[in-house]
Amino acid sequence: MKTMVTGSGSNLLPTGHARIESMEMRGIVKRFPGVLAVDHVDFDVHAGEVHALLGENGAGKSTLMKVLYGLYQPNEGEILINGQHATIKSPADAIAQGIGMVHQHFMLVPSLTVAENVALGLRSSREPLLDLDIVAQRIVELAKTYGLQVDPLAPVWQLAVGEQQRVEIIKALYRGAALLILDEPTAVLTPQEVDDLFGTLHQMVRDGHALIFISHKLHEVLAISDRVTVLRDGRKVGEIPTREATKESLARMMVGREVVFRYERSAVQVGPPLLKIENLWARSDRNTDALRGVNLEIRAGEILGLAGVSGNGQRELAEALFGLRPATQGRVLIAGEDVTGKDPATLNRLGISYIPEERMIDGVITDFTVAENLILQTHGDRPFSSSIFLRPGQIARRCTQLIENFNIRTPSQETLIKSLSGGNIQKLVLARELSRNPRVLIAAQPTRGVDIGATEYIHQRLLDQRAKGTATLLISEDLDEIMALADRIAVIYEGEIVGVVDRGEATVEQLGLMMAGVHAGQA
Amino acid sequence: MIDQLLDSSVLIGIAASGIRLATPYLYAAIGETFGQRSGVLNLGVEGIMLMGAFSGFWAVYHTGSLLAGVLIALLAGLLMGLGTAFINVTLKAEQGISGIGIYLFGLGLSDLLFQQSFDSVVTVNGFPRIHVPVLSRIPVLGEIFFQHNLLVYIAFGLVPVAWFVLNRTTLGLKIRAVGQNPQAADAMGISVARVRYFTVILGAMLAAIAGASLSIALLNVFQQNMTAGQGFIAVALVYFGSWRPFGVMAGALLFSTVNALQLWVRTKGIDIPAEYASMAPYLLTILALVLASQRVDQPAALTKPFERGE
Ligand SMILES: Nc1ncnc2c1ncn2[C@@H]1O[C@H](COP(=O)(O)OP(=O)(O)O)[C@@H](O)[C@H]1O
Ligand SMILES: [Mg+2]
Repeated sequence: MKTMVTGSGSNLLPTGHARIESMEMRGIVKRFPGVLAVDHVDFDVHAGEVHALLGENGAGKSTLMKVLYGLYQPNEGEILINGQHATIKSPADAIAQGIGMVHQHFMLVPSLTVAENVALGLRSSREPLLDLDIVAQRIVELAKTYGLQVDPLAPVWQLAVGEQQRVEIIKALYRGAALLILDEPTAVLTPQEVDDLFGTLHQMVRDGHALIFISHKLHEVLAISDRVTVLRDGRKVGEIPTREATKESLARMMVGREVVFRYERSAVQVGPPLLKIENLWARSDRNTDALRGVNLEIRAGEILGLAGVSGNGQRELAEALFGLRPATQGRVLIAGEDVTGKDPATLNRLGISYIPEERMIDGVITDFTVAENLILQTHGDRPFSSSIFLRPGQIARRCTQLIENFNIRTPSQETLIKSLSGGNIQKLVLARELSRNPRVLIAAQPTRGVDIGATEYIHQRLLDQRAKGTATLLISEDLDEIMALADRIAVIYEGEIVGVVDRGEATVEQLGLMMAGVHAGQA
Repeated sequence: MIDQLLDSSVLIGIAASGIRLATPYLYAAIGETFGQRSGVLNLGVEGIMLMGAFSGFWAVYHTGSLLAGVLIALLAGLLMGLGTAFINVTLKAEQGISGIGIYLFGLGLSDLLFQQSFDSVVTVNGFPRIHVPVLSRIPVLGEIFFQHNLLVYIAFGLVPVAWFVLNRTTLGLKIRAVGQNPQAADAMGISVARVRYFTVILGAMLAAIAGASLSIALLNVFQQNMTAGQGFIAVALVYFGSWRPFGVMAGALLFSTVNALQLWVRTKGIDIPAEYASMAPYLLTILALVLASQRVDQPAALTKPFERGE
């Protein structure tokens, strides 16, 4: 695939649609109120190559590609397709030009079947009636050509994330996408699924598709692409052929400084078990069993990583542990004390801290100030209040200290949370939760959507807390994060723990299989 | 009273009037189903029904033509629908509030126009009863099902048509997708606004016919606020029927049959105060809604305006 394919006889793709020999974006600018999301960026891609778009969260990758797909109108700049100026005012225009996009957050209608999702918005051969049987047949053909297994008659809500992604790709191919944009396609996949996806992408490139691959994961970019363009704060900081790139050089371009990928992990003497989960069952919002008899034990000074593809019960487990979701069966013990069914305030007092997955919803109150958010749990305690009155002086003193200790970048304590960056909001949540020096910490996706600088910082803080004897449950979909931090790794699949492996013995392949439901013994 | 009720002619009469009384609910609720399936809650159905009732009545009074009545009512519905769609889709108004405004507008305007146009209470010759050949002579069933006016038959015919359009056509697929995940529909090149304008206007036109079915078929008069809450009941019936045309029909029939029963009880002048009897259908609605509160099939984007790129 590292060799460019040159016109293999015909100018048509296997789907029968015309190729896009070249696509060029010139001087694209996109402003949002108060944000310059994309700042004079040039970007191009050719038939038969993968051009990776690399950058940290918030660098402007999705915005640039949404401009190409017609979801946003650029403030400046132009787009050329096969050398011709192209007007793309809506996704319908982009589709007509042969551009397809697999979005970071899938664009599927869960209540509809695969075939219905694919047929959506297309002319039917029996207009005005649907021709789902023909669509289904064509899906099967496409699936065969590109190695994308799906059942056209299955309702989408029943599909696993990996399958949903295949539906998204088929949807684009079905519409004749010659240029396919994949926005962080690997974020939701197991390592094996990533391999399968790469297989499909190789095939597409060989057939003459042009691919744009968005990621913030360096090793993936190195593995799949021919060229890399790096974005930082909306600006293009460089473009190089992948064979000249290294992990270090790309990281430097992406972050703007040297990045260490290593943490100080002191040897810690593990203590007695602080968190014990016994046969825990809980229901999902859809009222199905999301947790089906989870057993785990975490000792003082230990980080237990919980790996798994999203939607396998991680969120329900975190919520059940923190009293936000009733357990239908089983017990939770903190240092031997049964706390099942206790409310969050009580659990806080017993020394549990919680870093929620949805920090903007469950972690902070976005319309409150930095200071108000820092004392959300403790505002009623001394010294922050006396009888019924808040004591602004005491609060300010404490907040100054936390902002400094946790390196939170904010203009002032009175700044509203919603104007901080994701990384700083997460540091604030961390500051609030860790400042109480918890016995048990539940950290759900603590670095999702957070920049590398803040990620490093958060990781180091979690390790410091480990050294202080906290028992940490680290729930993450990022295997790299789990492998870097956890002492033991548990894998959850469909609400059950598939197995627990020690840090030294875990391999990516083995964890990947477990994430797909294969038990540790069989793996 | 019970033995009176069990008399077969009384039962047949109640069943037949249950079918007849279901007509306005069916038009309004089937129309509202389309809107809600695409994600728009139109609480103003009642006001649009009143406008349809007045304009249909007005046209029949002046022209003597029932067709003119239906066409003018459709036109009134189209205009009200256009306004409703503009407010809810283009201006992205809060649908729970804007609906109340549309209702009050229709209530006030229909009354004003009525007072300007007529000095006294008048009646028109509305849709006559049609005795369907052969079928209407079947004992019992014939009397219940096949001796109604044309608008009744059309209303029931609409139910399978609505089901078919929603489930078997490309348009129906677009409507369902827009109501469940407008972002996804938009990304597939569908104009969310255009689909919603279509369903809201269609819903309003059917609501107008619902109103006209009262003023030029069932009662053949117009009065201020003559719909008396039926438009709101129609909105509730859509929830009751889980956004499915046949479910909506079942709800409409249940409701109208209880209503017919209640009317019969009242004409008998039996010991229950009239107010209690007339409350019964509404209590039933509330009860049914509470019991049917599963909402599994609720369009996920219901009442949510669409904004690209969120
Ligand atoms: N719809 C929007 N409105 C306002 N700001 C936005 C919007 N979408 C993205 N942004 C901002 O633009 C910047 C780039 O975001 P995005 O393109 O999503 O980054 P990436 O995909 O590289 O993580 C961020 O600062 C983000 O907050
Ligand atoms: Mg993005």
